[in-house]
Amino acid sequence: MNSTINTDLKLIPGDFIPDQDVKWCPGCGDYSILKQVQTVFPELGIPKENFVFISGIGCSSRFTYYMDTYGMHSIHGRAAAIASGVKMANPELSVWIISGDGDALSIGGNHFIHFMRKNFDIKMLVFNNQIYSLTKGQYSPTSERGKITKTTPQGSIEEPFNPLELALGAKSTFVARTLDRDPKHMQSILKRAHQHRGGAFIEIYQNCPIFNDGAFFAFSEKGTKKEEAIYVNHGKPLVFGSNDDKGIKLEGLKPVIVNIKEAGLSIEDLWIHDEKDKTKANIIARFFDSAETYFPRPFGVVYTEERPIYEEGLMLQIDNAKIKREKLHINKILSGEKIWQIV
Amino acid sequence: MKNVEVKQDVVILFAGDSGDGIQLTGAQFTATNALFGNDVSTFPNFPAEIRAPQGTLPGVSGFQLRFGSVEIFTPGDISDVLVVMNAAALKANLKQLKIGGTVIANTDGFDPKNLGLAKYPAGVNPLKDGSLDKYHVIEIDVTKLTRNALSGSGLGTKETDRSKNMFVLGFICWMYNRGLDHSVDFIKEQFKKRPELIDANLKVLNAGFSYGDTTETPMSRYEVKAAPMAKGEYRNMTGNQATALGLIAASQKSGLTLFYGSYPITPASDILHELSKHKNFGVKTFQAEDEIAAVTSAIGASFGGNLGVTASSGPGIALKTEAIGLALMLELPLVICNVQRGGPSTGLPTKTEQADLLQAIYGRNGEAPVPVIAASTPSDCFDAVYEACRIAIEHMTPVFFLSDGYIANGAEPWAFPKAAELPVINVQFAKNDLKEGEKFLPYKRNDKLARKWAIPGTKGLEHRIGGIEKENETGNISYDPENHEFMVKLRAERVEKIADFIPHQKIDNGKEKGKLLVIGWGSTYGAIKTAVKESIAEGCEVSHVHLKYLNPLPKNLGNIIKQFEKVVIPEMNNGQLIKIIRDKFLVDAKGLNKIKGMPFTTGEVKSKILEMLK
Repeated sequence: MNSTINTDLKLIPGDFIPDQDVKWCPGCGDYSILKQVQTVFPELGIPKENFVFISGIGCSSRFTYYMDTYGMHSIHGRAAAIASGVKMANPELSVWIISGDGDALSIGGNHFIHFMRKNFDIKMLVFNNQIYSLTKGQYSPTSERGKITKTTPQGSIEEPFNPLELALGAKSTFVARTLDRDPKHMQSILKRAHQHRGGAFIEIYQNCPIFNDGAFFAFSEKGTKKEEAIYVNHGKPLVFGSNDDKGIKLEGLKPVIVNIKEAGLSIEDLWIHDEKDKTKANIIARFFDSAETYFPRPFGVVYTEERPIYEEGLMLQIDNAKIKREKLHINKILSGEKIWQIV
Repeated sequence: MKNVEVKQDVVILFAGDSGDGIQLTGAQFTATNALFGNDVSTFPNFPAEIRAPQGTLPGVSGFQLRFGSVEIFTPGDISDVLVVMNAAALKANLKQLKIGGTVIANTDGFDPKNLGLAKYPAGVNPLKDGSLDKYHVIEIDVTKLTRNALSGSGLGTKETDRSKNMFVLGFICWMYNRGLDHSVDFIKEQFKKRPELIDANLKVLNAGFSYGDTTETPMSRYEVKAAPMAKGEYRNMTGNQATALGLIAASQKSGLTLFYGSYPITPASDILHELSKHKNFGVKTFQAEDEIAAVTSAIGASFGGNLGVTASSGPGIALKTEAIGLALMLELPLVICNVQRGGPSTGLPTKTEQADLLQAIYGRNGEAPVPVIAASTPSDCFDAVYEACRIAIEHMTPVFFLSDGYIANGAEPWAFPKAAELPVINVQFAKNDLKEGEKFLPYKRNDKLARKWAIPGTKGLEHRIGGIEKENETGNISYDPENHEFMVKLRAERVEKIADFIPHQKIDNGKEKGKLLVIGWGSTYGAIKTAVKESIAEGCEVSHVHLKYLNPLPKNLGNIIKQFEKVVIPEMNNGQLIKIIRDKFLVDAKGLNKIKGMPFTTGEVKSKILEMLK
């Protein structure tokens, strides 16, 4: 699909706004995501008619109706499988999946892992609000242990998924995290995902103001974000803190938080992010379960690699078969090799 | 040359361990007879386990073949010849042999160990104790003779013993006066990468053939002349193979790329195996991670402009249910093949049943009508699945195609068509012919009440579809009560409308009026046809209609039924079509139900006919 880049399309964000009213709750993080997608899409060089959105079920999945492209709002958990069918039918299309933490990681968990492994050139956006919102407030597979919801009045007794770690384990070739309240960052991640040749997984922290308000405020609000969030960039040191005074250093495979000045270190002594290093990507992705050891939450492209793309492999086999058996007429397979005549 | 006796038709049942190559021996002898010009019908019957413990009763695999110089519609109720590789095979199948029939026994399979595994009491050997006196027994030490033929070949005992089935094939070919040409070609092709095995198998095959001539035991040979079949070119065909070819043919005729999403399941996997060999026709086969991904990827492919097809058997179809409802709401073409097997749950994976009819017609949440088409014989799978594709594409709807384990694995001669003779399939892709300011209406309909297929990549027709209730024409989400009722009725009407575009029901056999009408569907065709034919010949007033279209039913079916005093409906289930016929036509139909994982015998259907006419 990158082959169809065309800079003369002159699309504007307005071209992607359909005539339907957007019906998310006021203050929902989904509005920001929709805005960033509509802002970025005109710049991608893809004709509007070649974009396809496939979504499952949940608040996030209504997204499809709010983009004036081809789209299917399907059934719960199955967006990845449907999208892969669309892509195999027509590899020229730019196919995007919109899903949520329940849709992608609970009911759609099996499709999620196999979708990552197979590596279709499809971009998957998972809006993670750590709650079931459309069904009005039950815990999700990303809700934290102890979470009190309608179905867990005494608190959740489940360990949550860390979606980045799951995606890496399932062999995703592009793993990134961003959040609704950082529009610029989200735009840059969307562009990176689009440019990636292969399947892309973007976890988007998204605030649900009704059922889980403020779940990610620590990473987005002024007072805390410099201490709680760390933005990773390829080739750049891992620096964070209110005054960019803290860094992360690797001692062997063990990450350690250091105070740069106090430790008498220079920037070069810190861990330099290499998004192609899977071992280190795994370590970064695990800045998550910080009950014992505190680490800031990472945002950015954690890992990326190039690997054969599923639909390209499929089309190559078809092309090879066509070359090899070019002259084989359908009548030949209807008759088969062994025939007899009754006269 | 010894005496040659002419037979009209012969039923042979080959039986042995799952690892004895019984299915292969049966299939090769079938092909040999078919190529000779006999009419043939087969019934492979094997355990669900790949290799159950050797020599035991659960490990017995069978292949029943009937070939004849007359028209044949079933693999036969009872065998003339039973070939057994061991004691368990005899024990499991002796009741299938007619009194006076022939047993061909591999004596090596009747040693104390095998007799014990077959649970014969200590010291009892059915070959020795006179219990087979009612049969003609031919004892051959196949194992020893195979080893003799291969002594000095350098092959180990294990590999040597593996070609025992070729000895049997050679001997049977001798017995029925068939040349070895076809078998020789097959062996050469099968082992082309291992020339030493070609030599070995040919040696054993020939040893089996010459054994008949050289043995001192007096033995008869038989002759089954070619059958008077309709003029034309024929090939041997199984149901699953015919299904695969029907899908490819529909793809070629419609100009649509075939996308086949499937998850391995018995007895449907062979369709996936076959299709994956035909990528040169652009066929895209996708082995999905599960049944749900299989159907939903096919729905995605249909949205993208391919002909989306998925297949499974009962348990897998149950998993696809929600997605089939989605396809119905989306109004996209989708063909769902169900190669039925014994249920419920895992049920009887390798045995046949027709118990998923109600699942196909009704088994979804909400008011969700889906057209249903069933194949009646192995080769009819081609026509039936082709028709399912035509309806799916021209009416923009999911369509069920029903087959079952019996016809999926069974084989018969097929007067194959040429592509040019197949019905046209019209695809209506939406084009952007909108006037300035005009909005595209994705759910605007034609005379078939079908919408146009607007595929991604078509400029100006961008639109969203989904599983939520929608407004007609615009496709916009609508929760309006009046609209929902209107849409439910419209979707029902869409399926009913298909009756205007299918042929009227024909009477297969018998008069248009009479005492008894037998209504069948699916794979019971052969048994019912034979039973009705024989009953008519004996003076009974009975007729047979066999339904291909189960939903909607042909428009004239009600009128046909009215012409008969009684109606009987044989089904390999506990009574499913009968519920529909009673519901639609308020007729007091009676059922004939067999739920044993086995097809009807002609005798069973015939005695019900006689009982009904009493």
